[in-house]
Amino acid sequence: MQDIRKALYVGSRSDGTLIERPMSPHLQVYRYRLSMVLSISNRITGVIATAGAALGVFWLGAAAKGPKSFATARKVTGNPLGKLVLVGWLASVVYHTVGGIRHLIWDAGYRYDKEELNKDGPVAVGVTAGVSTVLAVALLAVAGCRRSKRAKAGKVS
Amino acid sequence: MNASVPHIEVMRSQLGRARGLGAGHSGVGHWWAERVSAASLLPLSTWFVVQMFRLGGADHAEVVKWGGKPVNATMLAALIITTFYHAQVGLQVIVDDYVHGKAHLPTRLLIKIGTSLMGLLGVFAVIKLVARSSTGK
Repeated sequence: MQDIRKALYVGSRSDGTLIERPMSPHLQVYRYRLSMVLSISNRITGVIATAGAALGVFWLGAAAKGPKSFATARKVTGNPLGKLVLVGWLASVVYHTVGGIRHLIWDAGYRYDKEELNKDGPVAVGVTAGVSTVLAVALLAVAGCRRSKRAKAGKVS
Repeated sequence: MNASVPHIEVMRSQLGRARGLGAGHSGVGHWWAERVSAASLLPLSTWFVVQMFRLGGADHAEVVKWGGKPVNATMLAALIITTFYHAQVGLQVIVDDYVHGKAHLPTRLLIKIGTSLMGLLGVFAVIKLVARSSTGK
């Protein structure tokens, strides 16, 4: 045995003889659990949140560059597809935040028993759905109101 | 029970591994960096969501006026730096877990360069916004 990782899987029994300890079975042999979906979702939403943050920086860069660039950026954010992307980014950030708070709680040594984990999982899904929906609807409504108010005042945006 | 009895040729004990930082020689610092930046992002991103209520549907002049205020510029720059730092640390873990072999190093460098550049771009955009609002354009 030359590989260090493999060698570290070797354990000894109480009578002193060496045995190979079992390694994790492959993913597909596990029964479906919500916690496994929530776990990988935290990573996926982290990646999406980063991509969204990059878009946010481009938006800020457009505002810094000038009114012309910002008008282009507003065309993107005002577009239905652009709005969908924004809502997706928002939901990802909300879930990643909820998942992150759970991680911090676990790191502090709480809510890490099997029963507690299984109880908190659906709560995390509910909180994410609720907060995302409320924020998305409210933000789109505020933006829409401001736009139409300006249009009524006859100001060119 | 295994049919063949394993035989170790590596001179390394479990205790030695636990004491001697393991193969990577580090890790605790990275773990802390991830947690501290995550905790810092909680108030910063909450602030950003509140600001988005003020800015949703705003035109260019309003955004420039908003970004030019010292407190907003400071919070925005802090948010951008912390976000891309946290992204760098987090994406590194994902790359370490899923990208193996020859692709590993280039992918990690790409993550490092990409997140650093995005962070820099964001900070310079904030500086430009401040400059823009002070000249009144």
